[in-house]
Amino acid sequence: MFVVIDYDMGNLKSMSNALKALGLPHEVSGDRDVVERAAAVILPGVGAFGDGMQALRRRGLVDVLQKKVIDECVPYLGVCLGMQFLASKSFEHGEHEGLDWIAGSVNRIAPADAALKVPHMGWNDLDVTRAGSPLVRSIESRTAVYFIHSYHFVPNARDCVVATTGYGGDLVAAVQHEHIFGVQFHPEKSQGAGLAILRNFADYVTGHVEKKTDPLTAGR
Amino acid sequence: MLKKRLIPSLLVADGRIVQSVQFRHTNVIGNVITAVDFFNGWAVDEILILDVSREHTGREAFLDIIDELSERCFVPLCVGGWITTIQAIETLLEHGADKITLNTHAFRNPQFITEAAKVFGSQCIVVSIDVRRDAAAEPIVWIDRGRENTGVTAVEWARQAEALGAGEVLLTSIDNDGMRKGYDVPLMKSVAEAVGIPVIAFGGVGHWSHMVAGVTEGGVDAVSAGNVFHFTEHSTKKAKEYLRGAGVDVRDTFFYKVSIPRRPRYKHY
Repeated sequence: MFVVIDYDMGNLKSMSNALKALGLPHEVSGDRDVVERAAAVILPGVGAFGDGMQALRRRGLVDVLQKKVIDECVPYLGVCLGMQFLASKSFEHGEHEGLDWIAGSVNRIAPADAALKVPHMGWNDLDVTRAGSPLVRSIESRTAVYFIHSYHFVPNARDCVVATTGYGGDLVAAVQHEHIFGVQFHPEKSQGAGLAILRNFADYVTGHVEKKTDPLTAGR
Repeated sequence: MLKKRLIPSLLVADGRIVQSVQFRHTNVIGNVITAVDFFNGWAVDEILILDVSREHTGREAFLDIIDELSERCFVPLCVGGWITTIQAIETLLEHGADKITLNTHAFRNPQFITEAAKVFGSQCIVVSIDVRRDAAAEPIVWIDRGRENTGVTAVEWARQAEALGAGEVLLTSIDNDGMRKGYDVPLMKSVAEAVGIPVIAFGGVGHWSHMVAGVTEGGVDAVSAGNVFHFTEHSTKKAKEYLRGAGVDVRDTFFYKVSIPRRPRYKHY
């Protein structure tokens, strides 16, 4: 069962609707006990980084996520803010600590072209930089997905980057580190392409659970 | 690069899609869910749905529609009409809206924009501006579904809305609405140049070339239309093809078939 984490940050109905359309059994919950039973965790989220991390901590979810994802290797998909939480820290309105699962920081978008507006909002092309990642199976470069964000994740090491998007320079659009995935765009609002990416994550989870293999080799 | 967006608008009065001509609602077009299923299968980039009921009745039916729409709409869904409280916004988001469009209430209570942007983020708050040109051809903002003249110019209010925290402007020409002669391009251009937030052009599309003019001459970020999509077969797909042919960077469709059963609906509206 997938658990979509509810911590009062953002529109969970969209994610739930997308999973429903794909026929994936899931529960939307912020309850630690439910998260304990998860076969995979999806963490969506819209809003400010500091508020989001605080909301997770207040519900005691950081510990349980740490236990599930890091100790038990349960697959994780972070969407938008949920991807940014992977970072060591964020500089959105001050400095805030993240989950620190992928070393790096979250910074404000600063397009080289001053005419480009921030937030980066709308449909933009993916440039797939790591086609071997199960997340982007059958997804080709120049597939457009829906973004809406003012801050972006800058990982220290580029090898986790699966796809980027061009907006006055490259922004990281998707990452994978072993069984930990993150997307800056909204797959639940990216029509066919987004549903295909969610399906890819679900397929990865199924394989991961069935084979109980080392996630490193499962990710090829 | 960021694409220009194509946004069909659905005007809903008492649970049914209506056609609008200079803000008078004429024909009933039909069922909302059918329309969205078509849009969703094709290449639309966002869907705008406005409750244009003259009286604040049938809200339950409207929320029902949003509910069902959001189950089958995998592009951003922007909802407006009759929004006067933070609670009302929350309710719509819970029913599956992604963005909210404010108009009359926001004009009368500008602080509401700031308050809403603080709670839900600017990206969620679209300010809708309806414009009618006066005798001197000055573009003036009208509110209350085109019934009240505010005396304020479109550029003035758009700038103010941005400063208050709006994330986007939906700009409608009442004069051109339903007239099929194209957007009020000078109006679009003046507002798009005056603000730093995206502008969506609405009102008057009768041919796909009008959308091209909105982007290339008006400088808007997104083009919207209502009536034209209801009377043209494969309309959104054709609009996209036309835009692309004219050199506008728009999104290709990535087809992924999902079939979602409809809930039976026995209710009469």
